[in-house]
Amino acid sequence: MHELSIACSLVEVAAQAAQQHGATRVTRVHLKLGVLSGVDADALRFSYDVAAQGTLLEGSQLEIDVLPAVISCHQCGASCVLPTIQDFRCPACGAPSHHLLQGREIEIAHIEIEVDSVEEQATIS
Amino acid sequence: MKTRLLEIRQGVLSKNDQLAAQLRERFRQMGVLVVNIVSSPGSGKTALLERVLSELRAQGATVAALVGDLETDHDARRLARSGAPVRQINTHGNCHLEADMLIKHLADWNVGAVEFLFVENVGNLVCPSSYDLGEDVRVVLLSVTEGEDKPLKYPVMFHSADIAVITKVDLAQACECDLAQMRENILRVRPGMAIFETSAKTGAGIAELIAHLRQLRAEKVAEIAASGA
Ligand SMILES: Nc1nc2c(ncn2[C@@H]2O[C@H](COP(=O)(O)OP(=O)(O)OP(=O)(O)O)[C@@H](O)[C@H]2O)c(=O)[nH]1
Ligand SMILES: [Mg+2]
Ligand SMILES: [Zn+2]
Repeated sequence: MHELSIACSLVEVAAQAAQQHGATRVTRVHLKLGVLSGVDADALRFSYDVAAQGTLLEGSQLEIDVLPAVISCHQCGASCVLPTIQDFRCPACGAPSHHLLQGREIEIAHIEIEVDSVEEQATIS
Repeated sequence: MKTRLLEIRQGVLSKNDQLAAQLRERFRQMGVLVVNIVSSPGSGKTALLERVLSELRAQGATVAALVGDLETDHDARRLARSGAPVRQINTHGNCHLEADMLIKHLADWNVGAVEFLFVENVGNLVCPSSYDLGEDVRVVLLSVTEGEDKPLKYPVMFHSADIAVITKVDLAQACECDLAQMRENILRVRPGMAIFETSAKTGAGIAELIAHLRQLRAEKVAEIAASGA
């Protein structure tokens, strides 16, 4: 179980970015999670609230976009989504293939932040 | 108050990845081949390493080992009997090694001249797969007592590895392990992976594994020389 430590890193990265942009609160985090990341989405959701406590992310929503494994086939040249990670074979031509184009991501795509209206007015005027 | 969308596009483990990249560059400058050994608890990482360290030393190679352990120093003591310099990384309950742990333990440890550095990861077939340690090769162990289906149950770890070693083959018959099926399952999740069959008890297969590692180090050294670094 390393999802808590992943959740802590996630919160750290998001909080830092939020702070740099003058956020008072983070309301939502969009995460891309590859099926070969080694991270369990449910366990991560569970750890997220704990990790977010006492930070700008407290009470925020975690949205996880699960990305399938995509391989590039050296035999036929196709880029294909693998229907299962228990069989690394090109769905197009059947050749064994393990060259990954996608699937190992644990990446924050974007976050939704709240910024102070005072600060907002300051930037407008 | 206003809500805004902020693009981030940053890996959650980017800090570990950066540190691993630093380590990889350092290992390159040292010309050392770094081998990260992963498996479930008790698959025989320490037993295999005891053999490999002793044998490599007998062949005149310089070796060192770092060993991660949740609480004890048993494995470090076992490995130290080979005469190789060994350091223990106590993870205090952490289920995997991270790059910063290696950096910390390498800081005041002069392993400058070694040709091979082995890292025994914490016994766990899930968590260590996400953490790059700057290694050249990741070796996943699977003992014949664990069952042929483990690569299919833990495809993430097996897929992330470069070499698979089927251990405890002296027990294969007693466990009715179907070695051909085990190999097939490994190759299904990681086509083309080099597979070795070893026994730390009888010494079977150790020489082949060592020859392969020596070959990889020779290739690394040649590649460094060719790039003029
Ligand atoms: N028969 C036989 N037993 C082995 C072999 N390799 C290891 N063992 C036994 O398996 C048990 C576990 O071996 P270890 O080397 O401690 O395994 P490990 O992967 O280092 O274990 P952890 O570090 O705790 O995860 C010990 O009782 C070893 O004696 C082998 O090749 N043959
Ligand atoms: Mg051990
Ligand atoms: Zn194909």
